[in-house]
This record gives sequence, structure tokens and C-alpha cells, in this order.
Amino acid sequence: MEKFKSFLRHLRMFLFKYRYFFMKLGIALLTLGAVVILSFILIVNMPGTVIDAFAMQLSVERRISLDQAYILATQMLNYDPDAPILERFSVYLGQLLQGNLGVSIKNSAKSVNLILRELLPRTLFVSSIALTISFLLGTTVGSRTIWRRKSFGARALDGYIVVSNAVPDYIVALILITVFAFNLGWFPNQGAYNALLDPGFNIIFILSLLYFAFLPISAHVFSQMSFWSMQMQGSALGVLGEDYINAARARGLPEKIIIRKYLKRNAMLPLVTQLAISFGVMFGGAPLMESIFNYPGIGQAFSQAIAERDYYVVQGILLFVSVIVIGVNLVADTIYSLIDPRIRRSA
Amino acid sequence: MIMSPAKTLSRFRDESTRFLHAVARIFFGNARSALGTSVLLFFILLGIFGPLLFPYSSEIDVTSQLLRPSIEHPFGTDLWGRDVFRQIVVGTSDVLSIAFLSALFSVAIAMILGMLAGMVGGIFDKTILFITNVFLTIPSLPVFLILAALFTVDNPVTFASILSVFSWAGMCRAIRAQIISLKERDFIQICRVMKMSNVHIIFKELLPNVGSYILINFIIVMKNAITGSVGLMLLGVASFEPTNWGAILTTAKNSGALINPNSYMWLFAPILSIAVFQLGVILLSKGLDDTFNPRLRVM
Repeated sequence: MEKFKSFLRHLRMFLFKYRYFFMKLGIALLTLGAVVILSFILIVNMPGTVIDAFAMQLSVERRISLDQAYILATQMLNYDPDAPILERFSVYLGQLLQGNLGVSIKNSAKSVNLILRELLPRTLFVSSIALTISFLLGTTVGSRTIWRRKSFGARALDGYIVVSNAVPDYIVALILITVFAFNLGWFPNQGAYNALLDPGFNIIFILSLLYFAFLPISAHVFSQMSFWSMQMQGSALGVLGEDYINAARARGLPEKIIIRKYLKRNAMLPLVTQLAISFGVMFGGAPLMESIFNYPGIGQAFSQAIAERDYYVVQGILLFVSVIVIGVNLVADTIYSLIDPRIRRSA
Repeated sequence: MIMSPAKTLSRFRDESTRFLHAVARIFFGNARSALGTSVLLFFILLGIFGPLLFPYSSEIDVTSQLLRPSIEHPFGTDLWGRDVFRQIVVGTSDVLSIAFLSALFSVAIAMILGMLAGMVGGIFDKTILFITNVFLTIPSLPVFLILAALFTVDNPVTFASILSVFSWAGMCRAIRAQIISLKERDFIQICRVMKMSNVHIIFKELLPNVGSYILINFIIVMKNAITGSVGLMLLGVASFEPTNWGAILTTAKNSGALINPNSYMWLFAPILSIAVFQLGVILLSKGLDDTFNPRLRVM
């Protein structure tokens, strides 16, 4: 009994100490629930003819009667339009919990899981590299220019920030592909790697991957870097007034050291949560970017599925991308609360 | 005391000139907002009077396909021999109305929900905060795409409502935060002690204080609406007006303008219009920010 009580006390302390994390976890789960409901609404709202068309396609493919094909279709999709709505929702939820995101209604051999497994790594590849480069470049440039507001570099950066805000990322993409792929021919205008190479973990293949991803990454970096330098400037502005910066100056430390060790590190802390937002923006923008570059990633699959009205692929990809973005947000919040304990107390 | 009509009139004149002066100071007070306002005014005038000055006919003329820019065709012609410059001029009003309506809708939603959440507090506030968090987390472009595919987009109002589904959340959260901090200030507390009505507090005390923030965000949402609408058109889900800049861009892209050097101007004209408009809008929002938040001017 004594042991049980002490266990309860420890549990309560544990919950209290990490209440920030548990709160964020709760919000993440609720958001996930909202996304699931949204995807379900998408399925419910699809026109009834979609299933008929799918059944027709199955009956031709497998040489079975239309009635049999209809039953097969409802089984494959796990969706019976005649069942009551709650039953449909529970079946849908059950499928999701088993990790089954549905089948393409345009091509019964292609499941959403298969599409994701094939195409997700490419989108992740491009967006993670772009995120890293733009974060590193943007924070460096931002913290350097905040020191001397009137210098040429700071003015050039201001100009660049305004321009990159004015030109949407997909227009940057259009200009890049027109100039460097179609006109100059320096970079490929479609695909993710040289089709003549065998996919594998060797240096030539990785170089080919990087070569094909160069333009998409550049377009992302061009539009994301201004975001990071702006965020960094805002954050560094707050740090600049702190006593320890003045103390460091008074001690006669060189400017470079102050910027690198005092200003940048402190100003970077709050930006960690922004990483998740930036990642979400990039992932959300993938349908447009990838279809402009003809880059066969998850975004292109998504926009293609929209164009073909392939409802199951659409809801599957939306669900999966949302799960990733929600997860990344949660991780960023957790990391932030770990490296900056003040945030835990303010929750 | 009854004022004579002449006195009333002169007082009204004084008031209105003072108001006009204030407006002029806000919009033309510094170089950035002056430039931004001029660009915005230029496009508004172009949208209203442009089609009268440069009438556009969508008739196909095979003899003047893909002409390079000239005096007669400042931006050249498209694949069907139609003047690109006139298409841009005619499309201006469509672009502007989508942007304006979308900003109007999202600001309205954000203002109502944000102020209510800030004022009422409690469980209502928590619910609104949760909903805004959901909207901020779900990637917006995919949902735009889905909405645009579910509802047939064939007029500016539907298009604007789809675009504003996602653009209110961030603003709503910021307005709520401002209201909550304003609520504790002395002047609101005094109003409460003086038993002034909530209507007075909201419209006479709180709104003027968040007004500049709302104005700046109105402009930023306009910019985002154009980015979003052109993006959706490029993906081919919402092209209903063939002269909308996004639609021109999409047609040019899909007709091989990326490859053919003769049609670069066809591709570049809508890009240029979008960029100039966005630039003006950004300058205006930054200029307004300078005017309303003088703290930043010290920097």
C-alpha cells in the first residue's frame, strides 16, 4: 500500500513536471482526430458514380459480373455507401488503425501505402536538404546583418527579403526550370534520377539524385532563406539588448566571437519551433513544386490524384502528410521545452 | 446649443479635411507606403478603367501567333494570336476581386472569433484556440486543392471563400492575444468601473487599438490570396476566367512557353504583373507597420 502511494506521488510529479509535453501531445492527438474526420468527409462526399466506375473497371479486369464486381469493390475499398454513417466511420477508422490507407480507384493494383513507400523518400530527401541549407544560411546571414543595420550587406538582404516575399516559390520554380533546364539545358527537366543507373547505395547514384534534385532544392532555398533570415533578425533584435551582449562588448571581445557565440546561439533557440512550421510549408507546397519540376514525389502524386478525382489516394496522402507535419510539430515543441526549461513552466 | 447651418458645414469641412489629412499621412507618410499605395491604386484604376481603354477580344487570329513585343502588342501575342497585354489588363479586376474578397472574409472571421475568444474567455476561448491550432497545423495547399475539387469554382466569391478557409487562423490567434493583453490595461478597467457597455468597449476602445494590426493583415492576406489562387490555377483546378493572370500563366506553361523563346514574354507578363502587385502590397504593409509601430523606426 505504501509502495502504491509513493508510486502515485511519483506519477503525479512526473505528469506535472512534463505537463507541457502532455498538453502538446493531447493537442496533437486532437488535431489528428480532426484530420481523420476531414478525410472521412472527403470520402463521404465523393459522388456515388465513383464506386460504380470502379466496379465496372474491376468487372472488365477480372472478367466477373457487374454485381460481383460491385461487392468486390466495396470490399476492396472497405466502403459500403449504403451502410449507416457511423458504421462506415468505424470501418474506416479500423482500416486506418491497421495501417491501411486505401486503394487507388483508378488502378486497383496500386495501394496508397505502396505509393507512399515509393515516393515519400524523394519528397523527404528534397525538403530535408532544402530545410537544412536554408536554415543554416538564413540564420547566419540574419545574425550577421543585425549587427550593422546600415551596411551594404544588410541593405542587400532587405532587398532580397522583399523580392523573395513578392515572388511566390512556384514562380521561382517556373523561372528556374525555364532558364536552367529548358533554355540552358544544365539540369534535367523531369525525373528524380538518371534512369540508366541502377538504384542503389553508391556514390554515382547519390550524385545523380542530387543532380536531379538541384533545381527543386534551389527553389525551396530561395524562398525559405528569407523566412529564416527574417526570423533570425527578429529574434536577434531581442537578444541584442541583453546585458551579456553589452558585457561581452565591454570586455573587448571581437565582434565575430560575440556574433557566433553570444548572439547567434541565444537567438537560435526560439527558432527551433519554427523548423516544424517551415517543414510543414514545404511539405504542403510539394504538390505545386513537384508538378512544376516534374519531380516524381508524393506531391506530384497528390496533384495527379486530384486531377483524376482519385479520392482514396487524395485522402490517404493528405492523412499521411498531416500525420508527418503534426508529428514534426510535436517533436519540435518537445525539443524546445527540453533545451529551454523556461517554456515548461510557462505552460 | 444650436449651431447655425454654416457653422455645422464649416465644422464638417474641418473634420473631413482633418480625416483626409490623417489618411494621407498614413498612406503617403513614408516612402515605402507611398510607393505601395501608388502601385495598389494603379492596379485598381487599371482594373476599373483598363478594359475601357484597351478592349480585348478573344477572337483567334492565326496570322499573328506568338509575336514578339512591339508597340502594337507591348507583351507580344499568345499561341492564338491574342494580345497578352490586353489579357493582363482585362484580368486585373478578377485578380483584385478574388484577393479583396478573400481578405475581407478572413479578416471578418478572424476579427469576430479572435475578439470573442479574447473577451469571453473560458471554455469558449479554449475551443477557438484549439480550432485555430488545427487549422495552423494541417498543410493548407492540399486542403485548398481538395476543396477546389469538391466545389466547382466558377466565380470569385467561391474562390475567395475557399482561400479564406485557411488564412484566418494565424490572424485570429494574434487578435485574441492582443485583446487579452489590452483587457488588463487601465483604460479598459476604468471603462468597466464606469459601467460602460460592452458594445462601447469593443467598438470604441478595443477596435481602434487593434485597427492598425487588422489593416496590415488585410493587405498581407490579399497578397497570400493571390499566391494561393495562382498556385491553384497552375494545378488546373480553378481556372474559370481565362484572362486571370494565373490562368494566362497556366495556359502559357501548358502550351510549351517554357521551351519556346518566342513566347517568353507570354509567360513573363503574368509573372511580372504578379510580382509588381505583390511588391507594392508588401511595401505598403511595411510602410504601414512603420507608421503604426514607431518603436521599429528607431532601429
